[in-house]
Amino acid sequence: MSEMNKAAASNDLEFKTAMRNIGKYFQYKWSLMKKAKVYYAFIAPYALVFITFTVLPVLIAIYFSFTNFNMIDRPSWVFIDNYYALFIDDDLFITAIKNTLLFSVITGPVGYLMSLGFAWLINELPPKVRAVFTLFFYAPAISGTSYVMFSYIFSADEYGLLNSALLNWGFITEAVPWLQNEKTVPFCVIVVSLWLSLGTGFLSLIAGLQGVPKDLYEAGAIDGIKNRWQELWYITLPTMKDHLMFAAVMSITGSFGMGAVITALVGFPSPNYSAHTIVHHLEDYGNTRFEMGYASAIAVLLFLLMVVCNELIQKLLRKVGT
Amino acid sequence: MAIRIFRMKAGNRVNRRVSGDIGVTLFLVIFAIIMVIPLYFAIIQSIKPMNELYIFPPRLYVTSPTPDNYADLFRLMSSSWVPFSRYVFNTVMITAVGTFGHIILASMAAYPLAKYRFPFSQGFAKMVRFALMFNATVLTIPTYIIMARLGWIDTYFSLIVPAFGSSLGLYLMQNFMADLSDALFDAAKIDGAREGLIFWRIVMPNVKSGWLTLMIFSVQTLWNTNNSMYIYSEELKTLPYAISQITSGGYARAGAAAAAVVVMMLVPIIVFIISQSNVIETMSKSGIKE
Repeated sequence: MSEMNKAAASNDLEFKTAMRNIGKYFQYKWSLMKKAKVYYAFIAPYALVFITFTVLPVLIAIYFSFTNFNMIDRPSWVFIDNYYALFIDDDLFITAIKNTLLFSVITGPVGYLMSLGFAWLINELPPKVRAVFTLFFYAPAISGTSYVMFSYIFSADEYGLLNSALLNWGFITEAVPWLQNEKTVPFCVIVVSLWLSLGTGFLSLIAGLQGVPKDLYEAGAIDGIKNRWQELWYITLPTMKDHLMFAAVMSITGSFGMGAVITALVGFPSPNYSAHTIVHHLEDYGNTRFEMGYASAIAVLLFLLMVVCNELIQKLLRKVGT
Repeated sequence: MAIRIFRMKAGNRVNRRVSGDIGVTLFLVIFAIIMVIPLYFAIIQSIKPMNELYIFPPRLYVTSPTPDNYADLFRLMSSSWVPFSRYVFNTVMITAVGTFGHIILASMAAYPLAKYRFPFSQGFAKMVRFALMFNATVLTIPTYIIMARLGWIDTYFSLIVPAFGSSLGLYLMQNFMADLSDALFDAAKIDGAREGLIFWRIVMPNVKSGWLTLMIFSVQTLWNTNNSMYIYSEELKTLPYAISQITSGGYARAGAAAAAVVVMMLVPIIVFIISQSNVIETMSKSGIKE
């Protein structure tokens, strides 16, 4: 009996100390927070807008993905039915995943390496020349709807720039309907998205390169760095890791989020769904059919795909310079 | 060794060969031409008279340039029942206010997140980075619901305020501010400067290249704000919307469509040139950024 009492007492004591420790932990956290109240004030205006128009909509979208919601009736809880239907009953979704992966596996890494490569080479030039080249490379991404010019370049008749050039040089004997043939559509889409890929990430990489202190290179030369490749790998890239990661995120969102550009070029639906991406599928259900639950499930899957991809790439980037 | 010291005096030109430099320049020139061809083509098409637009083979030059297509574009625009100037005003207003607010709010939030650690700071920063990856399309419906609750449907607020909290800006400014050296702040703190003053007088001038870059991104996005589902009134609609109504006319308006592309790309490119020259100026002035 006394043994049990003792055990209970020690349990009680343990519990009390634990509670006191937890209390202390929160007190400590609270004191930290009180100390940081100026910083919270700094963040507050942005956080308010960000939470209202980004976090809240994302949470609502995640909730919708488990419901059946047509915008008129109240959403009804269906749990994972939407996800189940996507993978089991929706062949077009599988096509969309395949196309999205095909496009992003090519345009993501190639676009990223293009951004990095051009930014690096441009950075070597004298300032005035550098400004001109930066403008030329960055202009496509910045100039709004200029990609519609590709519908003239890839035009199906012989007035199309590409067709007329190829006809003139004798590579083809009759005009190719570039944007109407399901075999050539992926090629055109990849060309245009690579053309557009020197965007936000590219500019951030240029800024990052300019921030690398010049004396590091001199120190590196003394330490035995022999050529520009070693310089790039051991000095330049490690110093601008944040910019590398930022550019990677931008190229992931860009390559997985392709939709509007494709629609402008080949229309929706694309010839035999040869350029049907996850974003198209999402827009189809969200904006046309108003099956919001289903559309939200697509969005959540797309989001997860990007997050996983991002984590993998961030892991890879941490190895830079080692 | 002597050679090496001599080489080092030439600034950042260590480890470079002349042959490599020539090759690099040639390579860049070729790719720059490839990148610019479609834009050049848009400009050329926009100043071609009707009969030159349909010559076979299509030409990359123009024999008798004409401003007709631009006149055509503006004539078509002024015939709409909302005055053309209203669309321009809307877009300029949204772009200017949205960009300014975004730069201020995002920079303010980025400063403590980049330089200090306190409860929830890392979590919040991570959340913003994740938000970059959520597709905007699906957010339109939940956002619509929120806008309706706020009573912001069919107001400028619905277009401008969400732009303030775009995740890109915070992430970018945080990256730039993380590069600033701590010595900069310590000195100011010893002098007894308050955080607000440090932010305004020390942080912001030192990340000028950061917010000029952000300005480029923000202007480019907001300038292209098309028809939003939160806006019904024609008087509140934007320039890209008005232009897209005109250019959907097909081949008959091919010239005017090219002119529209040129008009729309002009403003972001001018903003870019101005801010870029500023960035380069600050870079060369300060020499080494710490």
